[in-house]
Amino acid sequence: MKRLHTKNCNWLLSLCFCLAMLSAKAQTDIDGIMMTKTNFCTGVVYSHSSWKNYWEGTFKRDNANLGTVSTQMIGVMGNYGITDKLNILFGVPYVQTKASEGSLKGMKGVQDLSLWVKWMPVDLRIGKGEFSAYGVAGYSFPVSNYVVDFLPMSIGLRSKNLSLRAIADYQIGKFFVTGSATYVLRSNIKIDRNSYYTTEMHYTNEVKMPDAASFNFRTGYRSNSFTGELVFSNWTTLGGFDITKNNMPFPSNEMNATRAGVAFKYTMKQLPGLSVIGGSNITLTGRNVGQSTDFSAGVFYVFDFKKKNKKNSPDPKKI
Amino acid sequence: MKKQFFYTATLIVLIGWGTGCSKTIDEKNLSYPELNPSKTDLNAGAWKTILLTNPDEFAVAAPAATNTPGYIAELNEIKSWQNKLTGEQKEIIRYWSAGAILRWNEILRELVAKHNLPPYQNADNTYPAPNANNPFAYPQFPFANPPYASRAYAYVSAAQYDALVAAHHFKKLYNRNAPYKLDSVIKAMVPASDLPSYPSEDGVVIGVTVELLKLLFPTDLAFIQEKANEHKLYRIMAGANVRSEIEAGESLGKLVAGKFTARARADRAGTAGGNAALWAQLEQQTIATGETPWISYESPKRPPMLPLFGKVRTFLFDSATLVSIRPPAPPSTKSPEFKKELEEVLYYSKNPTRERMRIVHFWADGVNTATPSGHWNAIAADDFVKQGYSEVRWARNMALLNMALMDAAIACWDTKFLYFNPRPSQVDPNIKTLTGLPNFPSYTSGHSTFSGAAATVLGQIIPAKASEYKAMASEASLSRIYGAIHYRSDCVEGLKCGERVGGFAVNRAKADGADQ
Repeated sequence: MKRLHTKNCNWLLSLCFCLAMLSAKAQTDIDGIMMTKTNFCTGVVYSHSSWKNYWEGTFKRDNANLGTVSTQMIGVMGNYGITDKLNILFGVPYVQTKASEGSLKGMKGVQDLSLWVKWMPVDLRIGKGEFSAYGVAGYSFPVSNYVVDFLPMSIGLRSKNLSLRAIADYQIGKFFVTGSATYVLRSNIKIDRNSYYTTEMHYTNEVKMPDAASFNFRTGYRSNSFTGELVFSNWTTLGGFDITKNNMPFPSNEMNATRAGVAFKYTMKQLPGLSVIGGSNITLTGRNVGQSTDFSAGVFYVFDFKKKNKKNSPDPKKI
Repeated sequence: MKKQFFYTATLIVLIGWGTGCSKTIDEKNLSYPELNPSKTDLNAGAWKTILLTNPDEFAVAAPAATNTPGYIAELNEIKSWQNKLTGEQKEIIRYWSAGAILRWNEILRELVAKHNLPPYQNADNTYPAPNANNPFAYPQFPFANPPYASRAYAYVSAAQYDALVAAHHFKKLYNRNAPYKLDSVIKAMVPASDLPSYPSEDGVVIGVTVELLKLLFPTDLAFIQEKANEHKLYRIMAGANVRSEIEAGESLGKLVAGKFTARARADRAGTAGGNAALWAQLEQQTIATGETPWISYESPKRPPMLPLFGKVRTFLFDSATLVSIRPPAPPSTKSPEFKKELEEVLYYSKNPTRERMRIVHFWADGVNTATPSGHWNAIAADDFVKQGYSEVRWARNMALLNMALMDAAIACWDTKFLYFNPRPSQVDPNIKTLTGLPNFPSYTSGHSTFSGAAATVLGQIIPAKASEYKAMASEASLSRIYGAIHYRSDCVEGLKCGERVGGFAVNRAKADGADQ
């Protein structure tokens, strides 16, 4: 197996940037790495995201009635190698929100379960490096009956999302670049009231959620024991409307954000199944979202369900 | 190959899963049935008016005879439209055929929701106030908060009612048949009616409503005129009115509106915002009684919402009556009773259940919504569409409801700014709220007062649903304790006071001639 397979987990959270949070996302669904056949990587990630300023449409402001809005998350994630070229992944976070000022009560609960199928159809040597391409299909849905129509305190947006992603990865020696593009189909959601105003009145409890597109670019150093990378990402809602002046946010707002961050993963030589991860992101520009800064850290372990068959294990030297 | 198959199969399943349900949303109000009155209420010209001294206070000239060239030309206009109706025009007919009072009530709720946003602060942490004389400057006029909204619904509904009573007087007097009855080529694209068509009830509603909206929502006149033009054209395309019937109705509606706009300009709502001296005085007079005064929890501190709205002129009773129905003083903030109520609020703040949160959010009717009054208008409209009312009966029932809601707002604001007592979260900062904390004193609950009044009126109008309305009012009232923004006594006394206000509308309903 080639460099793109690993026995290490490479989970990192790209935590949502929204006034609420979108689903917590694991990095492995967006990177150029596959789990080896029969290996199961699982672990826990904690993240903390907060913002003081937010964009009301294009108007950047703070709000003394919210102060700093923070979101903490603990997520359980897993990645299983069905084959070296086909992985399935899952993630489910517990989320808690809090505003430092004002009277609004924070919310907490289990948010959305995400499932992905990740497939690597292309893995070639090009020039001095190796090129690989991936297709990822993901589906997420709420696993608790959390309140959505209480932004920015809600823990999520409740839509069932189908995401389709293409990833390209190129590695020369220990340096790599990865780019990906994702289209997210979002289902309508239901709220607790039977009318609401967007740019006009609606007499229904159902809200049409615009689809979204996201782009992710990452580059850095990648070896079997250490990965360090720079990450740029963009999320653009394809439709939706702006928060009007001094209004509350609404789930179908046009939420956009461009972010930059760093991420690392370290695998202990003495215990190659165990890895720790960490990362941080800042929000460069946005629309109808908080200008969030996040930090995350996690621990993962790889179990091999076919220990006896050594042939399927990766060869670290090839990485 | 096996892998590929697995992948493809999974993908297909996922796509089916995610996109299986259509994104199209059926909005309830767009599937309302056509207005098809079970009776014409031909004699509604004799029903008791609100501000008009007599139904013929404003004269409507006799219509031209139906054999004159002018009238025949008007029939030809209808035929020329009906010759080439597009799908879009048929859709316009379908939309408006649900009823004039209903659709304009919806438009009004939409305008309220759009304008129900508190102004953003100035750089110096003061707040700008909307200015009716400069309505386009930020913050646009109006800030359609719950008291403002209740007043808007009341004026529009009451004026529509008086205008339709006057219209019925002249309909009966002139007794002209609808175009589809006079010319067999003309199709009735709305349910045929025996009600005389001059002056047009739709024209009357357009005339009176647009004139009031000029006063109440001046920045939306382009939108309002577009709706009015579409509404007029609908009647012609549907074969229900010739143009001059609509114009005669519109003129009458405008004249009746004049009585209501004159009242509105002098009802003291324009000065209900008060000024810095008044805001300080309200605080001082509560301190003087030894009680804790309400303090704005917003940052920067925002002046209370319309502190003098309690002085606005009521529709259903006089100012002495307003004092007589005022709730008793709330429990002292130093009393054991108060402590007990505070503990209850803290309990609901700390222990929200999903069902209680649903109730809180269902009834919240906060910023950017049609307000509690609008919510009760929506509840009424959902039920009225099933009742087979004529336009004038729709107007009468909406007027009863909305006069009660406005008077409920006045009674509640009178109480709030007399006692000026603190919100639970002011007394105990551990109380976090599950909905936005309103920026005015706690006692009594506005939602409870509105809901008590509305349920009482609607229970009179549709007795079969009286207990259901009462249960809804009770839930709306409790939602404010569940949301941790009101004490129980705010809600209990608010509900009672609302019921007292509603009683005046019930008395009026029994005596206005509509049910005789």
